Amino acid sequence: MTILVGYLPTPEGEAAVDAGLREGALRSERVIIVNSPRRGAPVDEHKIDDDASTALLARARAAGVDAEVRQPLHDDDLPETFEELVKETGGTLIVIGLRHRSLVGKFILGSEAQRILMEASVPVLTVKAPR
Amino acid sequence: MDISPILNGFGVVMEPTNLLYCLIGVIIGMLIGVLPGLGPGATIAILLPITYGIGPVSAIIMLAGIFYGAQYGGTITSVLLRLPGEASSVVTVFDGFALARQGKAGTALGIAAIGSFVGGTVSIIGLTILAPVVAGFALDFGPPEYAALGVLGVLLISSVGNGNKLKAIIAACVGLLIATVGRDTFTGAERFTFDSLNLAEGIDFIPIAMGLFGLSEILYNLEERHNQVHAPAKVGNVWPSRQDLGQAKGAIGRGSVIGFVLGVLPGGGAVLSSLAAYAFEKRRAKQPERFGKGAVEGVAAPETANNAAATSSFIPLLTLGIPANATMALMFGALLIQGIQPGPQLVTEHPDVFWGVINSMYIGNILLLIMSIPMVGVFVKILRVRPAILAPITVLITLLGAYTVNNNVYDIFLVIAFGLLGYLMKKFGFEPGPLVLAFVLGSMIENSSRQALLIFGGDPTGFLTRPISGTVLALVVLVAVLPLIRKAVRRKTAAADGVPVEEKTP
Repeated sequence: MTILVGYLPTPEGEAAVDAGLREGALRSERVIIVNSPRRGAPVDEHKIDDDASTALLARARAAGVDAEVRQPLHDDDLPETFEELVKETGGTLIVIGLRHRSLVGKFILGSEAQRILMEASVPVLTVKAPR
Repeated sequence: MDISPILNGFGVVMEPTNLLYCLIGVIIGMLIGVLPGLGPGATIAILLPITYGIGPVSAIIMLAGIFYGAQYGGTITSVLLRLPGEASSVVTVFDGFALARQGKAGTALGIAAIGSFVGGTVSIIGLTILAPVVAGFALDFGPPEYAALGVLGVLLISSVGNGNKLKAIIAACVGLLIATVGRDTFTGAERFTFDSLNLAEGIDFIPIAMGLFGLSEILYNLEERHNQVHAPAKVGNVWPSRQDLGQAKGAIGRGSVIGFVLGVLPGGGAVLSSLAAYAFEKRRAKQPERFGKGAVEGVAAPETANNAAATSSFIPLLTLGIPANATMALMFGALLIQGIQPGPQLVTEHPDVFWGVINSMYIGNILLLIMSIPMVGVFVKILRVRPAILAPITVLITLLGAYTVNNNVYDIFLVIAFGLLGYLMKKFGFEPGPLVLAFVLGSMIENSSRQALLIFGGDPTGFLTRPISGTVLALVVLVAVLPLIRKAVRRKTAAADGVPVEEKTP
């Protein structure tokens, strides 16, 4: 049984990791931190390097949680990537960060967070970045 | 030597428009150098129609800037991400990426930029001194000499270049065949036109270049799935230490010379010279095992050599009118579009073009040195653009550009046809380079040899009795026969050693 945490190097991502690690400690479950870059471009600004993932694992260890970092590539569908991970690892909870978006932003672009909320087969915990 | 035309050339470069086009050229060059997939050849091909609207000097200055700018840009991705942006930066990956992993990415980039600057500048000085001499010598050339030179050019390009020789020769033959399409200039007879008015005018160079280099490269790259996505790299201090500079000094000097010499040879160019310079450094190093593990020389030598070669490959084009590699064939085309025939007369008839272009390289190299050191981060950002977004935009620009040349839809179909041909050629291991070069040289060979035969009164032995054309034709035979002799000798020695001969596919 695992908890999946969606992570990007943003305040929302940090908040998600914090919440995910708390839940992991509470439920004594393994935490998988998912940092999924988009396939196509040679560089994704949201992909974290080895140093950053070591730092994340150190944070998990400090919280007393068994954790790992995974970086699967996704094409157009991030929700599917999460679904596959849920099936593969027996996930019980997905933790993601939400950010405030403007009306125009919502109109033009879809929200991956929203699609994860709607399409995930397990409960989803969403957190906001601390103000 | 009369230096006033050289100084006038600087006057031409210093005009604000030309400075601006030089800047635009080197920036575009840097950008496409960074992007893996889109090379300088493809970019110059795609931008050929734009050169219609601007003056000949500005146009060639910009295109040249793209060419040598790309050599700088290719380094950046090689070092930071282990992705060579250009074929000429492939060997830089070995030591460049090793240095980056040791946290010395900045050093590698700094050394590469300084090496590129030195290599480029040494090569321009060589060009400044050598080009007028060669051009002066070539003024004695008549049609027979040009015919012989053209044949030598086609042969060298198909045999010296990288890859399969037989396939290169096949591609060159197809190029020669395409060059004959259209109305014959001497008799007015129509050849391979199939009663089409469009074909009667012959096939233009632009759609061929845009299709074979531009469109086919985009198509070919779309197929490639990037299954590795990198985290953004951090670049620290780019100023190399005094110790690193000291280590790289020798490599930069030797790289300049190797690059200059190999760049002049047909079929040589930037790719070959970077490989040769790296191999040479490794062989003469006291501790060759350091190479591949972050040797500063391993970055300095190839990066210096590819810039030196990029510059010196202008010599045969500007002085003899013979393009030394595929990119130079595009330059050749660009000059023809402007109504300027590249050749020995260029330096006397169009001194502004000749010296303007050469001197713009001094300026361009300084611009690149200024840009490449502090602005690496900006250029790396372009790697976030996905091919799925970039490719359609590039295709649109290509097809629009093809249309604007003659306002003729037929040209668009030609570009698409040649794009597909180029794509299939690449799929089956043929290089489009020899085809385009043979196409460019084909009409020159044909016209010169027929003019020569008219001069000789139809006697073909005239080619052999004239000293220069005779020498060139002897070289042609030598180039054609040498590999066969070498093969025969190798087989003989191998047989003498009792070793079974391994049949190498050509």
